[in-house]
This record gives sequence, structure tokens and C-alpha cells, in this order.
Amino acid sequence: MSILIGADSRILVQGFTGKEGTFHSTRMIEYGTRIVGGVSPGKGGRVHLDLPVFNSVAEARAATEADVSVLFVPPFAAADAIMEAAAAGIRLIVGITEGIPVLDMIRVKKFLSGTNSLFLGPNTPGVISPGRAKVGIMPGPIHRPGRIGIMSRSGTLTYEAVWQISDAGLGQSTAVGIGGDPVTGLSFVDLLELFRADPETEAIVMIGEIGGTAEDDASAVIRNGYPKPVFAYIAGLTSPPGRRMGHAGAIIEGGTGRAENKAGILAEAGAVVIPLPSEIGTTVSAYFKRNDPS
Amino acid sequence: MKFLEHRAKEILFRYGIPIPKGEVVETAARAAAAAESLGNRVVLKAQIPAGGRGRAGGIKFALGPEDARAKAEALFKTRLITPQTGKQGLPIRSILVEEAVSFRSEFYIGAAVDRSQGRIVLLASPRGGIEIEETARTKPDAVFREEIDPFVGLLPYQARRLAFALGLTGESQTQAAAIITGVARAFLQNDASVIEINPLALTDEGRLLALDAKVVLDDNALFRHPDFRPPADDPDADPAEAAAARVGLNYVRLGGDIGCLVNGAGLAMATADQIQAAGGRPADFLDIGGGVSEDAVREGFKIVVSDPGVRAVLINVFGGIVRCDLVARGLIGATKETGARVPFVVRFQGTNAAEGRALLAASGLAYEPAETMGEAAKKAVAAARGGSRS
Repeated sequence: MSILIGADSRILVQGFTGKEGTFHSTRMIEYGTRIVGGVSPGKGGRVHLDLPVFNSVAEARAATEADVSVLFVPPFAAADAIMEAAAAGIRLIVGITEGIPVLDMIRVKKFLSGTNSLFLGPNTPGVISPGRAKVGIMPGPIHRPGRIGIMSRSGTLTYEAVWQISDAGLGQSTAVGIGGDPVTGLSFVDLLELFRADPETEAIVMIGEIGGTAEDDASAVIRNGYPKPVFAYIAGLTSPPGRRMGHAGAIIEGGTGRAENKAGILAEAGAVVIPLPSEIGTTVSAYFKRNDPS
Repeated sequence: MKFLEHRAKEILFRYGIPIPKGEVVETAARAAAAAESLGNRVVLKAQIPAGGRGRAGGIKFALGPEDARAKAEALFKTRLITPQTGKQGLPIRSILVEEAVSFRSEFYIGAAVDRSQGRIVLLASPRGGIEIEETARTKPDAVFREEIDPFVGLLPYQARRLAFALGLTGESQTQAAAIITGVARAFLQNDASVIEINPLALTDEGRLLALDAKVVLDDNALFRHPDFRPPADDPDADPAEAAAARVGLNYVRLGGDIGCLVNGAGLAMATADQIQAAGGRPADFLDIGGGVSEDAVREGFKIVVSDPGVRAVLINVFGGIVRCDLVARGLIGATKETGARVPFVVRFQGTNAAEGRALLAASGLAYEPAETMGEAAKKAVAAARGGSRS
């Protein structure tokens, strides 16, 4: 088991024939992910990477029974592509695109609330279930199948956490990026619920950062008695207020969103707060050695 | 993108929001002339892109043209330091001269993105002139909220409900509802992330007037608002930040002595934290991003070492889409060009890390390799302490 995706997920790529779509689809296929086709409006009927291309998501879904889609669509067209996928009944939509206007995401969220679709992102590296499927742009080889669930607002910092955990002899059940934007689809709270129900996941590593309240919201779930240990690292202790630190969502505003406040709330709720990014792997592995001598 | 007060007011005025009569001036003589034409009792408001001006002395009352001239002259000579400007403060390049208004009460009207719920909220409070965060903390019953539907906008009944909640009746209730509707329309049509009117004053004549305004637009939506492109040469921009922006990189000065060049925003923030924990002070946040070219790496490195306070540089790259060998080539190019003698520490992991390390080793460059972030930070701190620029 894993969350969101598995070996049997049937994946569609939106923006399939473009440069990014082609590059990352090739990597995903190499990883063993079951890509069943792609959508590039106006290019329907062609074959790309030995897979069928469709004009619309509805058409693609009817022909391939895809249940997951991943988007490599430019920002101005991304909201439409997400809503198209939801309208076609895609279960999980993964938005890699960075730079989607916030208002578009608010519209997408409203639209999705009337469907059964889940949206991951935007501005996310995607989701990977090591050894089974990779739906996104993360480097495959640093991952190892295992029992740690990772959720993060970042890209390369997630790779860092994954690498440290693999290096410590542990592996990941699923590693998920919720994205670095102010308004996201799936939240840390949603993922905590999915990880709670996943028997393969024994502990969760949360990689947060300054800005917003995603980590504060997660701490409320942990405080109410979460059955698995949660480790948290929050980036941005040295980030000045009022400045946007790379991610659209990484900004301390009106005194809210400070790293030290988030870490404090999480520790108080019962999470293990990891003070330094270099100690993610060692902290988690020390915990398992203490509690699980086998 | 954040607008100066007078630009924010101009935008809101287009949505039917009443603003005081005023004029933007860049000299004391023009301030005097403006005071003359506006009827002698005026307010001089320093136009800087930061809040907290009032307490910092950036807002002055003046009686008559001569008083306005003297006060404007003094303002133009000041650098305004507010909690939002940093220690150096900001120069005052323009002043908004406005008619002085006598009012009986002040309200707050604002719209913002509720990140946690993923929606837009319109806020109104009868407690104007105070930061809304403070009212929400100390007197939460005095903050009224309505959600702005992103597809249909704010509906008239919602605007009326807020206007009544402010305790207004009759003509001023109707006027408040129109202002609230205007704020919601301005928000949706311009892809705003924040709009605030604080205070919205009820004048002695019974008229509502936006005395101060703030408009911030979503940078990611500027592609559909070509009129709002920021000016290419902002004289107050940090030169390093401006140079980075020109090559599509994201640089924030942090003021320490260890320069940082990192791929990815989260990893860059974490690297700065790691340096501080090792006893050093990060000089900057530089995210070279995901689709970076060799040229951009070269420019990025040059920008990092252009900071005269930098005594060592830490390069932390976790290769994903970015290949470490490409970063290595950029670094080698930059050091050849600049001849930078600042010691630097390189940590490569992920895609083509081995190739990147091999390139650096073969280049004959003097640098410290590191395996982990922790090791890299320690070595950079040691290098900054021992090293001196030659």
C-alpha cells in the first residue's frame, strides 16, 4: 500500500507533447510508471513516446481508463486543464506547473468542491511511491521502498529529506509535495488522514516552511491524538518578514507564518521537531532504533 | 506587486471609491502650489512602499503653502525608517498632498486571500485606523466577514449586510455598500492579493472617503495585466536583487558574511538556517531554480560574490532536473571571469553529482568539497572566519 498512487495507477499526462511533458514522461516511464497516454489539444490521434495522444481528457479517459493525470501545462492554461480533468472524472490530478495565479487556484478549488477529484499542487514535484510509480519530476534513484511517509511544501528540500532517510537505511511508503503556493489543493491535514489509514506507513516526516498556516492546521490533527509519530522540520528561521523566499507562498505576513512559531505549535501538539535540516535522517532512524530494535 | 498609496487610490477610484482631492509632487515648490490649489489645510503623505509611515513621521499636516513647502522640504531630506523598511529606511521621492478632511468616525474595509481555506474574504470593521490583525485579536466581534465567490463576485445582499454591520444607516449605508462592492470588483478584476481601505472615514459632512489605501497584486497574474508591469529601473531596488531578477533568479539579501547559492527555495531557506546553526551568518538567499542554465549559474555566483560583506560562499545543489555537472561548469566559468578569491564550499548530491565533483576537481580550482549540508555549513563558517579577501 501507499497513498494516492500505486503500481496499478493508470496515468495520463496533460501537456504530453511539449518539452517538459516529453522529458518527464520519459523519466516516469523509465521508472516503471504506467503512463497510458497523453492530452495535447489539437494533436489528438498522434503517437508520442509509443503512447496515444488525445484532444481532450474525456476522450483520453474513455479510451484508457486513466484515473490519475499529471499536468505539464503553462500557468495561463493550467486552471482550465485541471478543471477539464476533474470534469472528466479523473480521481487524482497532479499540478506540477509553477506560477499559476492565486485567483485561478481559488476558482479551481471551488470547482473541485463539486466533484470527487483530488488535486495535488500546484508548484509541486509530485508524488512517488518508491518501486511502484512516480508521478512527477523528482529524481527516482534517491528513493527506497519503506515505511516513512513524507509530505512537503518544497521540491529539492524533499529530495534532501528522502536522500537522508534512504541513507539512514529507511525508505519511503510515499513521498508527496503539496506545493509551494499560497493556495494548494491537498493539504498536510488531508495527507495526515491518508497516511493514518495506510498500514504501510509507520511514521510521517513533514517538511514545512514559513508562510501561511498549513503546519498549524496539521498540528491540530496531531494534538487530537494521531496514531503514528510525526517528525517535522520547518525551513526559514533566518528568513526576514515581508520577503517572498522563492516560493509564492513562503512569506511571513502580519506576524503570521514564522518558522519558530510553527515549530513551537507542532512540538506542543506532540510532533518531534527536528531543529536542523541535516538531522532529518538521523532523527528518524534514531527513533526507530529506540522503539523497534529488530 | 505593491503599489504606492496614490496609485492604490487611483485604482480604487476607478471602481467608484471616493478619495480625497490630492496631487503627487516631487519638489517642495510643487507641494506649496498644491496646498494653494487644495485650499490651504492639507496633509503631506510620504509615498514609500512600506507601512507604518504615520508613527515614523512620514505624514504631516500643513497650514498654507509656506508651511507645506517647509514640511515637504524636510520630508524630502529624510529617509523614513518604519518597522517594514529595514534599518536603512527608504528615501522619500514623492509626496501625496491631499485636502485635510475632518471626520467623525473611521472604518476598515479590506479583501484578502484566506490561504488556509483557499477563498477570498471581504472584511469590514467599525474600528478603522487600527491594523485589522490587531482588531481580530483584541475585539474579534468587531470584524465582519463575507466570502467573495470567485466566479460570481460579491452579491449585493452581502455588501448590504456588511454596511449594516458597520452601524451605518440611510445614505451612508448605501454609499458603504457601493464601496464594498467596488473593493470586491477591484480585487477580482485585477488579480489582487490584498486590498485595504484603512481608514474609510465618515466626514463631518456625512460622506465616506478612503483616507488611506493599499493594493497588492498577485505577481503570478501580472501576465494578464500588462498595464501594471513594474518599471524596469526602480531607483530604490537593491542592485544585487535587481541583477538577479534580470537573469530570472531569486535573490534576497540577508546581511551576513556567507554567500549562498542553492537550487530550490526550500533548500535555500534550509541552507541559511543550517549556516546560522553552525555559528555563521548567511549573506543571502539565492535560489537558482529548476530549469537553470550554465549562464544563470555563472551570473548567480557573480551576484553572490558582488556583496562586499561576503567572506565565503556555500554552494548547495541537490540535483533533480538541475544537473550538478552544469552547475560545476557555471561555477568554473564564473571564477575564471571574476577571479574571485573568496573561499567556497561545494556540496553536490543527486543528478550527476559525481560528474560535477570530477569537473571541479579537474579544474584546479581551490574549493572545499562537502558530502552533507551539515558538513558544508561547518566548513563555510570556518572558511569565513579564517578567510580574507585578497
